[in-house]
Amino acid sequence: MTVPHRGTVPPHREPHALVAKPIFDWFFAVGVLAMVALYVRSLAFTPPDAMQGMAQKIYYIHIPAWLASYTAVGITALTSVVYLWLHDERADRLSEASAEIGLVFLTGGLSTGMFWGRVIWGAWWVWWDMRLTLTLFLWFVVAAYLVLRGAIEDEAMRARYSAVLAVLAALLIPFIHLSVYLFSAGMHPMPVVLQPGEPKLSPQMLVTFLFGFVAFELFCIALIRARYRYAVQRDILATLETSGDAR
Amino acid sequence: MSELRAPGTLRAAWLVARKDLTIEFRTRTAFFSALVFAVLALCIFYFAWDESIVPPVALAPGVLWVVLTFSALLGLQRSFGLEEHDRGIDALLVSPVSRESIYLGKAIGNLLFLSAVQVVTIPALAVFYNVPMGRQWAVVTGVVVLAMIGIVAVGTLFSAMAVNTRLAELLLPMLSLPFFVPVLMSAAQISARVLAGRPLAEAAGYMRILIGFDLVFIIACTLAFPFTLEE
Repeated sequence: MTVPHRGTVPPHREPHALVAKPIFDWFFAVGVLAMVALYVRSLAFTPPDAMQGMAQKIYYIHIPAWLASYTAVGITALTSVVYLWLHDERADRLSEASAEIGLVFLTGGLSTGMFWGRVIWGAWWVWWDMRLTLTLFLWFVVAAYLVLRGAIEDEAMRARYSAVLAVLAALLIPFIHLSVYLFSAGMHPMPVVLQPGEPKLSPQMLVTFLFGFVAFELFCIALIRARYRYAVQRDILATLETSGDAR
Repeated sequence: MSELRAPGTLRAAWLVARKDLTIEFRTRTAFFSALVFAVLALCIFYFAWDESIVPPVALAPGVLWVVLTFSALLGLQRSFGLEEHDRGIDALLVSPVSRESIYLGKAIGNLLFLSAVQVVTIPALAVFYNVPMGRQWAVVTGVVVLAMIGIVAVGTLFSAMAVNTRLAELLLPMLSLPFFVPVLMSAAQISARVLAGRPLAEAAGYMRILIGFDLVFIIACTLAFPFTLEE
C-alpha cells in the first residue's frame, strides 16, 4: 500500500571519507559572526527606548528568535508531509534536525519574553497572554515530538510516527490559537513593523531589528544544516556498524 | 451455503468495537479500575482547596475535566495494549477489515468505555460537590459527549503509536495532553459558565471550537491511522 522507507547511504563514496570530514563550517561561522554583530549593534549602537529603557533591547533577540523558531517548526511540518508522501529518509532527517533547533529557539523566545515580562508587566508569566500560552503549548508539542523519536528503534517506524505527529500538530495549532484567543484579553505588544502603514520604529531601531531578523534566520539555518549533517553521518555510521556485524 | 463477504466500513468498525467491549465486559478489570480511580480522584480533589474560601460548586467543573482527562488516558492505554498480547493486532490486520474500520472501531469502543465511566462519575460529582441538578445538566452532558469524542479521536491514534515505543505508557499522556488543550479549555469554559447559570450563547465561540475540533480530528486521525501500522 505504501512505498517502503528509502535508505540513501551513497554507495559510490568511500565510507570512512564520509565519516571523517573536517568540521569547520563556513555557513555556521557566518551565522555566529552575525549573532555577535547583532549583540554589539543592539547594545552599543542603538539608542534605548524612550518608554521601556534598556528592557526594550530584548526586542532585537526575542522577536527574531520567535520568527526563527517558526521557520524551524514550519520546516518540520513541511518535511513531515513530504516524508509521508515520498518516504524519503532525507525529509525525515531534515524534520528531526529542524525540530530540535526549533525547540532551542522556542526556549530562547520564551525565556527572553519572561525576562521582559518581569520588567514591563511585573510578572514572569501571565496565562491570559495569547502568544505566550500558544508558544508554550507549541514547545510541549515539539518536546513530545523529540521524545517520541527517541522512543522508537526502528528507523522507518520512527519516521512515519513522528511525521504523523508533526502533521497533526500543524492542524492542532489553529485550534489552540482560537481557544487561547477566546480565553485571553491579550496584553502582548502588537507588531510595530509588520502592520499596515509605516513601521513605528525609529530608523536606527528598524535597521537593528531587520539585522537581528537576518542574523537569527542565518544562525537558525546554519544550526539546522549542522544538525542535518550530523544525522547523515550518524546514520552512515550505524549502517557501517550493522554491516560490519553481519560480516 | 451462505456467501462470505467482507463487512462495510461502519459495520466492521462496530464488530471491532464489540470485540473490545466483550473482552472488557468479561474481565471488567479496566472498567473498575478507571471507575474507582475517577471517584477516588473526585473525593481527593475536594480536599485540595479550602472549602471556606472556594465553594465546592465552583470547583466542580474543574474537577470534572481533570478527572475525565485522566480516566480517559487509563482507558486509551488499554485500547491497543490489549492487542499486544499474542500479537492480536496481526489477527486484526489479516482479517477482511479495512484499517480505517479498525481505527473507528477502537475509537467507538473507547468512547463507550469512557461514557460508561462518566455515567457514574458525573452523578457522583453532583452529589459530592453539591451541584444542583437542573436543566444545566442536559447541556453539560452534551459538552461532555462532544469533548469525549475529540479526546478519543486523538487518543486512540496515539494509543496505537505509543504501544509500539519503548516508553509505552509514559508516552501516551505526553503525546495526547497538548492535543487535549483546545478541547479541555473550551469544554471547561462552557461548563463553568453553564453551571454558574449564565446563558449558553455566551460560550458559543467555545462550542464552535469543540465541534470543529471533533470533525477535523476524526477525519485527520482516520486518514493517519494506516501510517501507524506495520507494513
